[in-house]
Amino acid sequence: MSSLLTQEVPVSWYLLLSAVLFSLGVIGFLIKRNLITVFMSIELMLNGVNLSFVTFAHQWHAVKGQIFVFFVMMVAAAEAAVGLAIIIAVFRARATLAVDRIDLMKL
Amino acid sequence: MNGPPHLWLIPLLPFAGFLLNGILGARLPRWLVSTIGLLAPLCSFGLTLLVCVFVQSSPTVDPDLAPVIRVMPYSENFGHWIVTGALHVDFSLVLDQLSLVMLLVVTGVGFLIHVYSVGYMHDEEGDARYFSYLNLFLFFMTLLVLAGNALLMFVGWEGVGLASYLLIAFYFQKKSAADAGKKAFIVNRIGDVGFLIGMFFLLANFGTLTFADIGAKLVANPGWQGGVLTIIALCLLLGATGKSAQLPLYIWLPDAMEGPTPVSALIHAATMVTAGVYMIARTHVLFDHSPFALGVVAVVGAATALFAATIALVQNDIKRVLAYSTISQLGYMFLGCGVAAYSAAIFHLVTHAFFKALLFLAAGAVIHSIGGEQDLRKMGGLRKKLPVAFAVTTIGVLAIAGFFPFSGFFSKDAILAAAFMQGPHGRALWFVGLVTALLTSFYMFRLWYLAFLGEPRAETGKHHSTPWSMLGPLLVLAALSVGGGWISGAWLGVGRFGAFLAPAVGTRASEVGNAHLELMLSIAAVGVALLGWLGAHLSYRQKSTIPASLAADFPGGYKLLENKYYVDEIYGATIVKPLLVISKYFLDWVVDKALLGGTAWLLGGIATFAGALLQRWQSGNIRSYAAWLAAGAAAVLLFALVPILLGAYGINIKWAGF
Amino acid sequence: MHLILFILFAGFCLGGAINLLLQSHPISSALSLIVVMTSLAVLYLLLGAEFLAIAQIIVYAGAIMVLFTFVVMLLNAGREDRTMGSRTARSVGFPAVVVILGVIATVILRAQGLGMAGLQDGITSTEDLSRILFTELLLPFEVTSVLILIAILGAVALARNDGERKPGQ
Repeated sequence: MSSLLTQEVPVSWYLLLSAVLFSLGVIGFLIKRNLITVFMSIELMLNGVNLSFVTFAHQWHAVKGQIFVFFVMMVAAAEAAVGLAIIIAVFRARATLAVDRIDLMKL
Repeated sequence: MNGPPHLWLIPLLPFAGFLLNGILGARLPRWLVSTIGLLAPLCSFGLTLLVCVFVQSSPTVDPDLAPVIRVMPYSENFGHWIVTGALHVDFSLVLDQLSLVMLLVVTGVGFLIHVYSVGYMHDEEGDARYFSYLNLFLFFMTLLVLAGNALLMFVGWEGVGLASYLLIAFYFQKKSAADAGKKAFIVNRIGDVGFLIGMFFLLANFGTLTFADIGAKLVANPGWQGGVLTIIALCLLLGATGKSAQLPLYIWLPDAMEGPTPVSALIHAATMVTAGVYMIARTHVLFDHSPFALGVVAVVGAATALFAATIALVQNDIKRVLAYSTISQLGYMFLGCGVAAYSAAIFHLVTHAFFKALLFLAAGAVIHSIGGEQDLRKMGGLRKKLPVAFAVTTIGVLAIAGFFPFSGFFSKDAILAAAFMQGPHGRALWFVGLVTALLTSFYMFRLWYLAFLGEPRAETGKHHSTPWSMLGPLLVLAALSVGGGWISGAWLGVGRFGAFLAPAVGTRASEVGNAHLELMLSIAAVGVALLGWLGAHLSYRQKSTIPASLAADFPGGYKLLENKYYVDEIYGATIVKPLLVISKYFLDWVVDKALLGGTAWLLGGIATFAGALLQRWQSGNIRSYAAWLAAGAAAVLLFALVPILLGAYGINIKWAGF
Repeated sequence: MHLILFILFAGFCLGGAINLLLQSHPISSALSLIVVMTSLAVLYLLLGAEFLAIAQIIVYAGAIMVLFTFVVMLLNAGREDRTMGSRTARSVGFPAVVVILGVIATVILRAQGLGMAGLQDGITSTEDLSRILFTELLLPFEVTSVLILIAILGAVALARNDGERKPGQ
């Protein structure tokens, strides 16, 4: 029991989890039909990458890895704000959120 | 530049005249155009005379003059033209005895004909164009004569062909004139191929194109005969036959009579057609080293002379008769070159320039007076209406027939004597020349009778008087035709003239020597001329039916001669027609439409097709774009991480920085 | 302990992510994403990044996902309707994802020098984080703030209702 309590986790498992999260995000990007859900898959991808950064920061005791995650979060926030504003504008013009229907450059 | 005499001015002044008249001439008044057109040849002639003073054959003994007098051969070099590897060509003008003689003829007779043109073109349109082309011709001809190397001579060679084309097709609205111009240029071009190939061989075997160097090399190797030298000589001969209208490339000269008569006089009698003879004389050392080529030259000359004389017997257009006569006399000159009597050939060139130009200009005066009629059958009795023209034509006819003491006698007999001295083949050639002299006398007197004697057969009474600008040159040329023969200073042979030319063209090993033989040969020549006159007199004086009955007796032969042995038709069928067929069916359909057009269509089609393919890729569908993005990312990842992936299988490779 | 916690919250992560893909209503997907975010926060904590864990919850789960939910509710996005699919997405995209996953997984599994993570490893203090952030990386920090300002302006400009203000009113 004590061995179970003090057991350590190989760092590669964290990295694998990060890779799987990223791939799931890509799959979501490809198969989802709602514009907002597609956007959410992008956020999922970003989170997967964040996990990878934190893992390496832990591995090599580099604080800069964590700082980079900080910046990624900031940029993701800005991106989410602007992106959702765009989605609202597109919805106003097209009256639909289906990705396949929004295929003309001219609004 | 190089001090007096300025050789470079001699070609350049006519070129300036060409530019002035060509560019501004349409806006200038007629008298100014004529003045510019006349000034250039006059200055060139004056400069040539100056050259006679300043350039002598041997150094002068007078110490005061010594610094100024140059010795022949005198050359002026204006810098490098082509310097690459084995080929080194300069802009160099060379004056020696041969080119001096040619220059005097070209600029002197040229000037006289320019003066004549002022009167002849007085009522015509396009005189600025005419004078500019004449000056252009003079530029190229003087360049040809003065050139020190074969390439510069080729520039002049081509240029006179160009000027000839421009002038023959002067009345370009007439289809026959335009066609004649084209024919002249194309046939000349065919000959020029020979000249070019000869130049290539020269360069390959001598390493230089400068005449002096080639001559020096040949003199240094007297044992080098035949072989490649024969090939070079024959190629050059081909070029000469094109330019000088010998067999087989003479066909352009009769058609060239479509041009204005002064043009026929200048280009197709006195100067351009003699360029071939000049070229052979200039490269005579080459021909001397190849007896076979010399023989070919002689045979070509003799055959052409006889051939053309037979055709001239039945021509009805006055200018055609003179054209065939020119071809025949050029044949004489080639015969002279072919028996290595270059001085005799040049002598005949000079006298021929005088009397042939005279005949052409007189014919022009006749045509001008009777309102453009050129058919001999419609002329007659012009003796009273055009006394001056009659007088000078008489002088010209006597000169060309070879009567003593006119110029033609001396020069023609020099050639015939040289041929006679050449051995058994020479005797045969002499005989052909004699027969041709008989025919020459016959057809020239025929022309004389039909045009001037007898009752007038002209239809209308149109009659323009001949202006002095046309009569003046006629009189000068008549005087030269009478007295021109005396420059040789000998009874038979080339005498002083030959001695003068000797440093440039060599001497014949044997002059006639035997006075008895000399007399026999001269009497034979004059006798033959008299025989021709007799024949013409019997046939063409008033109310003679001999020609008509002869024509009726030999209809086939008459037709053959009248149609010029059907040579034009033969060429048309064997050369022109196949070319046209090839052009239409092969070059037009296969190469132009199928290959080139097809390639263009193919390229355009590929672009359009690729565009259509790629268009479907740009669907606007975000998901497909995303899919391609992911695919691209996967590809990049794969590419960058190949070693690690392969390392899983134990394969270690160097890749992209790993 | 570390192992159990890891397996638990990694499971939540994966479950939330797969649920995001499987749900048809966007609001359900948003809620699954919140689950993923919070699980990730716990994982960050396990890896010793305490500041980031809190920041993840506050910023990501607390602000960004709320924004998403607001927009979903504002636009009244309903269930996804069956639209014409994209064959390319399936035929080209899936292999691409498989390749990406495969390559990364191979690299990770073959990498040397990766150690273990356990509870006894130290926690990175906020002090260490801020020291580096405000000295070495001050410029990126300031630039990021400007970026956020621009994003605010941009979002306001884009989402504004243009047609409603007519001239003269």
